[in-house]
Amino acid sequence: MQMTNDRVAPVSAGSRRLKKVGKYLLLIILMFIVVSPFLLGFWTSFLPTAAISKGALWGKLSFDNYVAAVTTTPILRYLFNSLVISLFTMIAQLLFCSMSAYAFVFLRFKYRKFLFYVFLATMMLPFEAEVIPNFMTVRDMGLLDHFAVMIVPFMTTAFGTFMLRQSFMQMPKELKEASDIEGLNHWQFYYKVTLPYAKISMVTLGAYSFLSSWNQYLWPMLTTFSDNFRPVQDGLRQLQSQETFNNWGMIQASAAIVVLPTLIVLFIGQHYFKA
Amino acid sequence: MPMAIELQDITKVYDDGDQPVLSHVNMSVNDGEFFVIVGPSGCGKSTLLRMIAGLISISSGKLFINGTQANDLPPKDRKLSMVFQSYALFPFMNVYDNVAFGLKARKMSEKEVKDRVDHALDMVNLTKFAKRKPRALSGGQRQRVALARAIASDAKVCLMDEPLSNLDAQLRARMRLELRDLQKKLGLTVIYVTHDQVEAMTMADRVMVLHDHKVQQLDTPINIYKNPKNEFVAQFFGTPQINLLSANFSNREFKINNSFSLPVRRQFDDGQYTIGIRPNEFNVEVTQKGSNARTREVSYLGDKTVATAEILDGGQIVRLVLNNQVDIAEDNLIKITGAKQFYVFDSKTGEVLFNEREANLNATITAE
Repeated sequence: MQMTNDRVAPVSAGSRRLKKVGKYLLLIILMFIVVSPFLLGFWTSFLPTAAISKGALWGKLSFDNYVAAVTTTPILRYLFNSLVISLFTMIAQLLFCSMSAYAFVFLRFKYRKFLFYVFLATMMLPFEAEVIPNFMTVRDMGLLDHFAVMIVPFMTTAFGTFMLRQSFMQMPKELKEASDIEGLNHWQFYYKVTLPYAKISMVTLGAYSFLSSWNQYLWPMLTTFSDNFRPVQDGLRQLQSQETFNNWGMIQASAAIVVLPTLIVLFIGQHYFKA
Repeated sequence: MPMAIELQDITKVYDDGDQPVLSHVNMSVNDGEFFVIVGPSGCGKSTLLRMIAGLISISSGKLFINGTQANDLPPKDRKLSMVFQSYALFPFMNVYDNVAFGLKARKMSEKEVKDRVDHALDMVNLTKFAKRKPRALSGGQRQRVALARAIASDAKVCLMDEPLSNLDAQLRARMRLELRDLQKKLGLTVIYVTHDQVEAMTMADRVMVLHDHKVQQLDTPINIYKNPKNEFVAQFFGTPQINLLSANFSNREFKINNSFSLPVRRQFDDGQYTIGIRPNEFNVEVTQKGSNARTREVSYLGDKTVATAEILDGGQIVRLVLNNQVDIAEDNLIKITGAKQFYVFDSKTGEVLFNEREANLNATITAE
């Protein structure tokens, strides 16, 4: 037994190393596939448009495209619009989803379970199916071409409620009992205990709702008609079709600017996810 | 003595069940008393504690706190504090804030909060941990934070729900003493729920035994041990457990089997009974001659020997605790000559029929 063990050991160590090398090689290749379009886009945003049109990957690197994007297009206005929309959507979702989740976990009322399933059922419906009735509703409300049209329909989501409900349900029930003995009412328990306890889930939902609002394309395209309210994703598209000659360098620069806030949100989020 | 808490005929039935979780509980807790509610899991002891705290509604019966009926009083107006098995600390607050939490919720002045928290942390020797988060503390320290929270509140009644059962055995033994000490020092009235009979025996002024949704017995620990009211109570207290042997009474003796019987002077109706004998109350000789039992497992614990033995001809197993003068090994033949004391229980209801003191007076017990 001992002998076979001795003979087997070095072989298995060698094969283990080989396995590891193979695994990392695969990961590196996959990483390049995933990251290369992004790197290429970032790289071309520094190249003059003439070079890009020729299909060249080399040229004089400069910030000219960025200067052009900021000075000749309303990209900053788009950014501002998106920021307003995303921030308000995020805040509203955090508030309303956490409140409804709190109700589903800590309040006892008739048909609680049934109502929750009805809530969940709305998740089954794809957004595209709701577009037309939603459009008619916001048109009748007179919200078209305004910030409100991009915020109001997204102030709460079944997903957010579901996610926070799961996280609230994991709270030990003794915390609620201890708070009851100290005389905390539901509001106090909600903001003094539940929210800080579920901080990580709240940050996750915040990042998620910010990003999904930031990346909205179809809905703002249908409901906004002016640069005053158009968010970045639709703004980018606008840059492309406005002129017959596409200034690709500048469009790339704009795209890079647009990606930045997304990255910032992700980095902030990641800092909290670790905690 | 003034009664801090009194329960009259308290019954709890949950909406979705027809069987009561607790029925007709009567008890009163005196001021400054350490009152232990003990019972196996599922006996309703935590439910009872939560009804006293006001976390669960009372189905019927009356609850008095300091002489006023408190059935519908919200928890915070009942003037009590509670310590939980899982500690119920807020993980996102440091130790100081955890202890201050309830005081701030009650809108106390900043200075008073600080005084109380400092004092409470000092009482449990955690002053230097005030800025730590709970997860940076050991189990024992966390439990002390929970205690500090109870100390800091001005409530004179403290409810404890198995506060020590998440700790390891050694720490538990130490915390038992600390807790008892603290309770005396502060003059707290404590209602303490546990499933651990040792905790009940060592800490309590009085013990209430709950089982099968009913109060089995309410008395001092010594009385509960010496005069158990029924089989369950006898079995629940004492390690190793009491031996319960079925026996037949006729001709003034309890016949357990052909080789082992206990004669008594007192008269019983002929029939089936259950005999309870504590493991340390057997009279045992190690001898081949006239032996009536064979040892199976023997463990030496230093000051005593714990053994199990099979009574020959019938196969009932008995637990024995012997002093070290008796020298036995596994698979030895022994002779159980009798018992110093024993209890007779009704074999159907489990009620005690014949208790120890009477046994001393009326029975001389020898084997055949």
